[in-house]
Amino acid sequence: MESLSSLVGGFGVALTPQNLMWCLVGTTLGTAIGVLPGLGPGLTIALLLPITFKVDPTAAFILFAGIYYGAMYGGSTTSILLNTPGESATIVTALEGNRMARSGRAGAALATSAIGSFVAGTVGTLGITFLAPVVVDFALQFGPAEYFALMVLAFVTVSAVLGSSAVRGLASLFLGFYLGMIGVDLQTGQPRFSFGLFELLDGISVIVVAVGLFAVGETLYVAARHYAGRDEIVPLKGSLYMTREEWSRSWKPWIRGTLLGFPIGAMPAGGAEVPTFLSYWLEKRLSRRPEEFGTTGAIEGVAGPEAANNASAAGVLVPMLTLGLPTSATAAIMLSAFQSYGINPGPLLLQSQGALVWGLIASLYVANVMLLVLNLPLIGLWVRILKVPPPLLYAGILVFATIGTYGISNSVVDLVLLYILGAVGFLMRRFDFPTAPVIIGMILGPLAETEFRRAMTISNGDWTVFFTHPLSAALLALAALGLLGPRIYALLRRDRRAETSPRGA
Amino acid sequence: MPRAQIAWPEALIGLGLIAFAGVVLWQTLAIPVSPLYSKVGPTVFPYMTVGGLAILGGFLLVSAARGGWQPEEEKEVALDRRALFFVAAGLLANVLLIGPLGFTVASTVLFVLVAHGIGSRRPVRDVLIGLVFSLISYFGFAKALGVNIGAGVLERLLGG
Repeated sequence: MESLSSLVGGFGVALTPQNLMWCLVGTTLGTAIGVLPGLGPGLTIALLLPITFKVDPTAAFILFAGIYYGAMYGGSTTSILLNTPGESATIVTALEGNRMARSGRAGAALATSAIGSFVAGTVGTLGITFLAPVVVDFALQFGPAEYFALMVLAFVTVSAVLGSSAVRGLASLFLGFYLGMIGVDLQTGQPRFSFGLFELLDGISVIVVAVGLFAVGETLYVAARHYAGRDEIVPLKGSLYMTREEWSRSWKPWIRGTLLGFPIGAMPAGGAEVPTFLSYWLEKRLSRRPEEFGTTGAIEGVAGPEAANNASAAGVLVPMLTLGLPTSATAAIMLSAFQSYGINPGPLLLQSQGALVWGLIASLYVANVMLLVLNLPLIGLWVRILKVPPPLLYAGILVFATIGTYGISNSVVDLVLLYILGAVGFLMRRFDFPTAPVIIGMILGPLAETEFRRAMTISNGDWTVFFTHPLSAALLALAALGLLGPRIYALLRRDRRAETSPRGA
Repeated sequence: MPRAQIAWPEALIGLGLIAFAGVVLWQTLAIPVSPLYSKVGPTVFPYMTVGGLAILGGFLLVSAARGGWQPEEEKEVALDRRALFFVAAGLLANVLLIGPLGFTVASTVLFVLVAHGIGSRRPVRDVLIGLVFSLISYFGFAKALGVNIGAGVLERLLGG
């Protein structure tokens, strides 16, 4: 019940006219960038990080949270009408949603995804409300060794367990570690990897890395594939209101998707891909009309994964706010926003910044309501945004990328770095390296190093400290299992069947 | 199973990662370590990173020798070199012009070159849209966020 009274206080913060305005700006902007292919919430929040020098933390985080939730709603519109998933988490929505649109049921697909997102987002936010204090109580017992072990587990899950290849995921993660270490070591004051450049002493800004990988890399990728003008937007036909039958086919997938998405998002693994694919698979099996899957488009295959996607987005905020553990690129960038205010997310955040956190959580409820309105009655507006010609869209993205990087430092070094990272991002796309682990490694790597050194200082340089603390040992064992388990499993299967199996799933 | 051939682009990536690990090692050796922090100093994590990068580079090489991993879908697409050239030219022009001529001019050039590279064939329209877009962004960011983006000829003329 303590949560409830804190939440009421949070609404007091979120419902002030000024914060409502920030929430509206965030959700509108979020929907727009979710709709536009090539722009994501991580990139947008990175570009808006300079705002942290101007406005108070509550306003900034309400804005960021609005963008974060809004992008999830907007992404599904693009998936359904354009069959180009704006976000990796909406790939599944494109499968059935675009087929529904092609068979003239775009309206119903958009409606079930928006309402499903609302249901899942609201239940997910309820989940944050009640789960966050529980996790905090648990996390208060953590020492540096446990924190380090937890971060190792998160590293393994975000880079090696999810995604198509553990080696490539880990390579991205280690590249992120390197980028994160550039600059003055905070504990000893020694400069590291600065190559004698004055500009690098402060480290590389996450803005440069995120914008380079996501915006410049993406533009190069699109240019190289000669993408222009190939997409066909399915015209929005049919009523936006679902029939009675469509309602009754949607509500169970919404609930199942939410139940899958939130817990998986809240685990220190994160990621929306797993729950959305799981939900799709589940709905396909449970559906009474499996023949519609992959042909005319099944509404269950939109409703379930969309709910899973939004619920897991809410779930990701739990480890971020309670443990300071970001498990997606967007969450990592939000964590760096906390750092730029000098706030350290962690178990003490709820006490030391109660008004901020509960205001943020309350604003998530508000954001969901706003997004439902923005994405159903106003859907025509977003469809119009989809018609921006790709050449102008990507040219505009690069202009914004320049503002975001040159604007913070006025240094040409940053611009050159931005373009080098853009080239790296392009190669990563071409050769199937995930980019999110770079951002996570860059933000979380230095925190892991700090915890590691703290633990080692406390233990007087005794390495065994990570294995003698039971919780830390258990977390490290889980990480090892996540890293090696699939490979051992694949080997065992190969022995048994004497045939080569393609990678353990 | 057909005998896999070594995939050269992927092998280069593996070698590149190992070479990168070498650079990181070289830079780590250059970090002066105070004896006070000899236990877990500022070089422990860098060394771990070096090790990790080198090992992963090795794994990538092995994988390249077995035929590589680039998805078929990516392999099929031939690189549009002309488009890449124009985008790269736009980026280069931006770096070179932003100092002497300021943000708006540099961004407009960037905008036009990138739009042309990605397939726009209406340069006059692109120049106009690019100019207006850059000016709005400039004044929007400079005033709303208080971020100082390089002012140049045009910005001063307009009272930025």
